[in-house]
Amino acid sequence: MHLDHSHSHDGPSAVSADAHRPDGARRALRIGLGGPVGSGKTATVAALCKALRDELSLAVVTNDIYTREDAEFLLREAVLPPERITAVETGACPHTAIRDDISANLEAVEDLEDEVGPLDLILVESGGDNLTATFSKGLVDAQVFVIDVAGGDDIPRKGGPGVTTADLLVVNKTDLAPYVGSDLGRMAADAKAQRAELPVVFQSLRTEAGVTDVAEWVRERLAAWTV
Amino acid sequence: MSRAALLVLADGRFPAGGHAHSGGAEAAVKAGRITGAASLEEFCRGRLHTAGLVSASLAAAGALGVDPVALDAAADARTPSPALRVAARRLGRQLMRAARATWPSAELDAVAREFPKGAHQPVVLGLAVRAAGLGTDDAAYCSAYECVSAPATATVRLLSLDPFDATGVLARLAPSLDLVARQAVDAARSVLDHGVDALPAASAPLLEISAEAHAAWPVRLFAS
Repeated sequence: MHLDHSHSHDGPSAVSADAHRPDGARRALRIGLGGPVGSGKTATVAALCKALRDELSLAVVTNDIYTREDAEFLLREAVLPPERITAVETGACPHTAIRDDISANLEAVEDLEDEVGPLDLILVESGGDNLTATFSKGLVDAQVFVIDVAGGDDIPRKGGPGVTTADLLVVNKTDLAPYVGSDLGRMAADAKAQRAELPVVFQSLRTEAGVTDVAEWVRERLAAWTV
Repeated sequence: MSRAALLVLADGRFPAGGHAHSGGAEAAVKAGRITGAASLEEFCRGRLHTAGLVSASLAAAGALGVDPVALDAAADARTPSPALRVAARRLGRQLMRAARATWPSAELDAVAREFPKGAHQPVVLGLAVRAAGLGTDDAAYCSAYECVSAPATATVRLLSLDPFDATGVLARLAPSLDLVARQAVDAARSVLDHGVDALPAASAPLLEISAEAHAAWPVRLFAS
C-alpha cells in the first residue's frame, strides 16, 4: 500500500478517476457495459456475476432510463445480494450520466466500496442508448459495447464511437443469426475493419459457452489492474 | 475574480447532477398542472418565489461566509419533505465533487469532510461561489436560475415542449429572477446580524407533497 502524496485533490474523498481510495488502498476495477436497447447488456451483466461471484468480490451499478428496471431484473435473478446492486437515476439520459456528468455514478461506486467493500470489480451498466454512447474515462477503466445480431448485421460496418473504440465489442445472440438473416462472417470482417486489433467476442448466452469469453477478458483486465 | 467563472458555474452542462432532476416538474406534468409553456411559466414563478427564494438566500449566505453547518440545519428546517431533503443532499454532494475538482479549496475540502453524504445543495453552491472567486449576488443568481431552468429543461423532455417556448419562459422570468436575487442577498446580509433565523422560510406545500408522492412512483424519468 502506498499513499500518493503528489495528487492534487487531497481531501476527504476522491473526486474522479484516481486509482486509489482516500485511505491509499487501490480501488476496484470499474468496467462499463453499454450498447443499444435490447442487445443483452443486463443479461450479460447477470451472466458475468454468476460466472465471477465465487472468485471475486463484485458489485453492479445500473443506469436505468425508467428508474430501477435493470436493477430489479438483477435482483429477481438473484445474481448478487441486493446490497451489491445500486440503481442510478439518469433523468431519461443514460449517456449523460455515464459520459457528460458522471457525478452520480462516481458516488454510487464509492458508496458500494464503502458499504460492501473491499471490492475487486464493479460493473457499471448503461441503460440502452444509441451507437454514440460511451463511458467517460473518469468513470470506468475499460468499457464493453454490446450489440446483437438481430439489431442488424450492418451495425459493425456503420461504426460509431461504441463499436469503434470500446475495449471489447460483444456481438450477442449469435443463435438468432439464421432466423434474422444476419451474416456473422460479414459482421466479424466489418468489426475487424473498424477496430483493427481491438478484440471482438461473438456470444450466445443460450449456449453452454455462454459468457465464458467475456468473463475471461474481464479476468485479464483485472490481472492487469491489480499488478 | 473572473466574471467568466460565473458562466462556468451557471452552465447547464456543469457536471453536478442536475440533469437527473426535474425540480418537481415531472409530478406537476403527471398531475396536469403543467401542460404547456403558459403553465410551465406559472409553475416556475411559484417555485422561484418560494423554494427558489429560500435556496438563493442560503446560497448567498454561504457565499458571505456564514457557517455552513448552521446553514445546512436551516435548510433542513425549511424543507419539510424528506424526499426533497434527500435530493438536496445528493445534489449537494455531486456539486461538491464538481466544485472541488474545478476550483480546489481548503474550505470545500473541510465541508466535504464534515458532510460525507452531502450538505444541502444551495449551501454547497455558496461555498463553490467563494472558491470560484465570485460574489454574493452571483450565488443568489445561480441558485434562483437553477430553480427555474431545471423544470423548464425537464418539461422539454416530458411534454416534448418546443425548446424555443421553454427558453422564452426563462427569458420572461428574468425580471422576477432579478427581484428574488436582490431579496436573497438582503436576507443573507441580515443573517450576519441576526443569525440564520433571519433567512426566509417560504414554501410551496404542493411541491413538498407531490415530491413525496413522486419519490414513491415505481416508474419515473427523473430522480425528483
